[in-house]
Amino acid sequence: MSLLATVAAQVAETSSGSTGEQVLFWIIAPLAVIGALGLVTSRKAVHGALFLAVTMVGLAILYIALEAPFLGVVQIVVYTGAIMMLFLFVIMLVGVDASDSRVETIRGQRAAAAVAVVGVVILLASVAGRAALPDPAGTADAAPEGNVYGIADLLFGRYVWAFEVVAAVLITAAVGAMVLTHRERISRRLSQRELAEKRFREGDPRQAAGLPPPGVYARHNAVDTPALLPDGTPAESSVSQVLVARGATRPPEEFAADIDQIGGDAGIDEAGPTSDDAPPGGEPPGSDARGVAGPSGPASAGTDEDAGDNDQPGSGDGGAAR
Amino acid sequence: MNSINSLSQGFAVQADVVRADTVQVVQEASGLFSWTWLLIALPLVGAAVLLLGGRRLDRTGHLIGSAAAIGSFVVAVALFIALLGESGGERSYLVPLWEWFNAGGYEVRVDLLLDQLSMAFVLLITGVGSLIHIYSIGYMEHDERRRRFFGYLNLFVASMLLLVLAADYLILFIGWEGVGLASYLLIGFWQHKPSAAVAAKKAFVVNRVGDMGMVLAIASMLVVFGSSSFEVVFAGAGSGVTTGWLNAIGLLLLLAACGKSAQFPLQSWLLDAMEGPTPVSALIHAATMVTAGVYLVVRSAAIYDLAPEARTAVVVIGAITLLMGAIIGCAKDDIKKALAGSTMSQIGYMMLAAGLGPAGYAFAIFHLITHGFFKANLFLGAGSVMHGMNDEVDMRRFGALRAAMPVTFATFALGYLAIIGLPPFAGFFSKDKIIEAAFAENILIGICALLGAGITAFYMTRVMLLTFFTSKRWADDAHPHESPRVMTWPLIGLGALSVAGGAGLLYIGGGIVDWLEPVTGEEHHDLPLPLALLIALTLTTVVAGVALAWFMYQRRPVPAVAPAGNPLVTAARRDLYGDAVNEAVLMRPGQYLTRSLVYVESRGVDGAVLGAANAVGGLSSRWRRWQTGFVRSYALTMLAGAGLVVIAMLLVRLP
Amino acid sequence: MNPTSYLVLATLLFTIGAAGVLLRRNALVAFMSVELMLNAANLAFVTFARMHGNLDGQIVAFFVMVIAAAEVVVGLAIIVMIFRTRRSASVDDASLLKL
Repeated sequence: MSLLATVAAQVAETSSGSTGEQVLFWIIAPLAVIGALGLVTSRKAVHGALFLAVTMVGLAILYIALEAPFLGVVQIVVYTGAIMMLFLFVIMLVGVDASDSRVETIRGQRAAAAVAVVGVVILLASVAGRAALPDPAGTADAAPEGNVYGIADLLFGRYVWAFEVVAAVLITAAVGAMVLTHRERISRRLSQRELAEKRFREGDPRQAAGLPPPGVYARHNAVDTPALLPDGTPAESSVSQVLVARGATRPPEEFAADIDQIGGDAGIDEAGPTSDDAPPGGEPPGSDARGVAGPSGPASAGTDEDAGDNDQPGSGDGGAAR
Repeated sequence: MNSINSLSQGFAVQADVVRADTVQVVQEASGLFSWTWLLIALPLVGAAVLLLGGRRLDRTGHLIGSAAAIGSFVVAVALFIALLGESGGERSYLVPLWEWFNAGGYEVRVDLLLDQLSMAFVLLITGVGSLIHIYSIGYMEHDERRRRFFGYLNLFVASMLLLVLAADYLILFIGWEGVGLASYLLIGFWQHKPSAAVAAKKAFVVNRVGDMGMVLAIASMLVVFGSSSFEVVFAGAGSGVTTGWLNAIGLLLLLAACGKSAQFPLQSWLLDAMEGPTPVSALIHAATMVTAGVYLVVRSAAIYDLAPEARTAVVVIGAITLLMGAIIGCAKDDIKKALAGSTMSQIGYMMLAAGLGPAGYAFAIFHLITHGFFKANLFLGAGSVMHGMNDEVDMRRFGALRAAMPVTFATFALGYLAIIGLPPFAGFFSKDKIIEAAFAENILIGICALLGAGITAFYMTRVMLLTFFTSKRWADDAHPHESPRVMTWPLIGLGALSVAGGAGLLYIGGGIVDWLEPVTGEEHHDLPLPLALLIALTLTTVVAGVALAWFMYQRRPVPAVAPAGNPLVTAARRDLYGDAVNEAVLMRPGQYLTRSLVYVESRGVDGAVLGAANAVGGLSSRWRRWQTGFVRSYALTMLAGAGLVVIAMLLVRLP
Repeated sequence: MNPTSYLVLATLLFTIGAAGVLLRRNALVAFMSVELMLNAANLAFVTFARMHGNLDGQIVAFFVMVIAAAEVVVGLAIIVMIFRTRRSASVDDASLLKL
């Protein structure tokens, strides 16, 4: 990006009031508008954020072309670098996959908004178009030592008071964000020992050793693939409830087809998984899985990693047991 | 002292002809006279103690109340003796107490004025009041709220004393309202009886009509004289105030007097007021409070002397009420209501006399005092009869009681002889003087007064005969007996006063006319006919009335139920349609007016207000839908608003 | 080059951002649209700075960026908090500002 900026700056420098700037403008401006339209029309927030980043970078280039290199750099560093990252963090927190419905719920909102927006566009554009604006004077006289020096001069001279106040605003905003998102811990954090005792005392005794880890016969992202019980049925409890709630687990048929394919690859007949009288739990299926999944080693390795990523406590235990 | 001089000047001006030789000097009170406030304070403290003391005073309350009244009477007698010690023109004392308020140019001081006129009233109020207090000990013995009754009586005495001692119309008004309150409380004392509660309310409401006259009169005084104190008003009345204003004030004061003294056209409450306990009827509704109107007129002599039209109105009102009361008294079978009609009639005499100006003021007060004696006597006698007859009030159920209750009969007879005006009883002297003055003023008025005397003789004889003579018509369970001594002794005292009061007051020590002369002035007119002939005529009329009653009631059996009479009797039984007139002229149009106002209010005013509220409510419930709660709608509105602002700016800036 | 082209571009970006705020229910997208509107304004500022030949417009654009950063921090904190309690990032779900 910075490379692009310097290029643009050079273009702007060399072509002041010339066709070079016009070429740059007519390349960048459509990009910026497309980015803005993309932000408004994309169903997923993360796509919108990326479109917005495009617009902002474009604007940074335009700033540089408008003899404001300092602002252009700040635009990239602060907006595209910091603020957009913040947005992306929150988008990740809220859910990347969540996509908006396109059905408008407020009656008349869409039509009224269209009327208002078109009206404002016509109004402002006609004002801008009709105004007899002079050719730009250029900022060379205002900042003889260069743009950054000129801005520093103003910022720490005439606008120093506003600068200090803005600093206070930033501090307040940071503190405010912490206060808003802070959650007070009301009770003591339980120790590992207490957690274990609680599990034995209150939980299902069969799960005392931990929930079964998912993804035993996995061929890819195994977090969404339930483990198999000794009789071949999928163990529902091995998959994270969050994934189930989102509907992100794989359907059983697909899953059964996988098993068949794996069985075929390994040359094991239908009754492959021996149905012992072993109690259902993490350990025996785990060992089974290792034996069966032997031929597809890389997938198994992926399984282990994914299981580690999963924040389900049972899966962690399962991995440790292996 | 300036003010006092101006007061004396004022008196000198208004009494230009009459009192050129004797100028009343109002002096600053000192020595014994500075204790005048004790007269009011004693019963006031008694009332406060009795009304606030609670049940623990139930056993001793009547004694405390009586002691307060008697103590006040003792102070009054002491002041009277001290006043007798002064010479004739120096018997007026101003007792300054404190300044009540001072608002701009209007200053009201709480001062007491003790002169001959108020002294006479103070003696009547405390004297008769004390006797009635004592009588009430016996009469109210079986009433469990006797303590409260005495508290109210003390409150009344204190208010009445304030009324007659005040040196400012506004202070007088406080006492005026105080006696109204006490009257209301005492008429409705047996509030468990609906009739008593209604009667109390009626008295209160009718009195308020008169009070409006009082308030307007005081307001007019403030406008005209800039003050409501007697000295300023009386001084101002003689110097350059138009007769129109004086007539207006005089008529407004007359309206106030009509309300308080039950004069036509505000007479209707007095007959109903008999629902109260009989001592109350005697004290308040016969002897003292109802005479406050007469006091007001006489006290305002300085105004009435210069307001001939207002004075004529007083005379006419007095004459009308005189005859009305007498006619009503003839038809009533309820002994108390017959006496109440008589009271109206006698106060009519007093008003008539007061309206005659300086020629009649003294006689009005004279008759007022003698009437206080014999009417209290008659009422207490009636109460004694009721006490012995199980609270029966219908005279058609009495008869031949003279043997059963001899003391009551004797004292009642003395009161009877006094009221019909036979010499040498009290009423003869006072009433005869009024009739004389009336004839001297105007022959027509004189004839009215004379006719009233005849009717008085008729109805009082009727009461006397139906109660103590004729045959026994008692109820089956009646066992008439003489009342206890605590009740008979006051009767005896009042009986004695009924006999001796008239001649005593007229002739001993110069007499009441000379006593009052510095305050009221004196005037003599020549009689159109010889005095001896007039007295003979009066006595003849009285004897004729007595004889007529004798023939109608003693010579014929008295039916137990009142027979249907001629239209005049029917009208008199219904208080000469006073209530009916009130109802038709005031109540029904008033009700119609209020109903139509309610209609206008509920439909017109409320309709407009509620309609506006409903319109706003309806509109806002529509507009409320704009508030969807969705941030995006608000953002849309904001964008549209911003666009409009831009357009507006462009329109203003661009050509 | 005449500033008009830049201003028209700024206008377009601004109104597209406004449309995003009005039409998208996802709070994050709406928020990003707001950022887009701020950037469009910045572009206008920088254009005018060049046109007038001084740096004040660039200073204003700089302050806008700083304030936008602060706004993003607080706004995202609020969105995270709302998401925690409601499990939703839709602006239409927070519609309690009505009867």
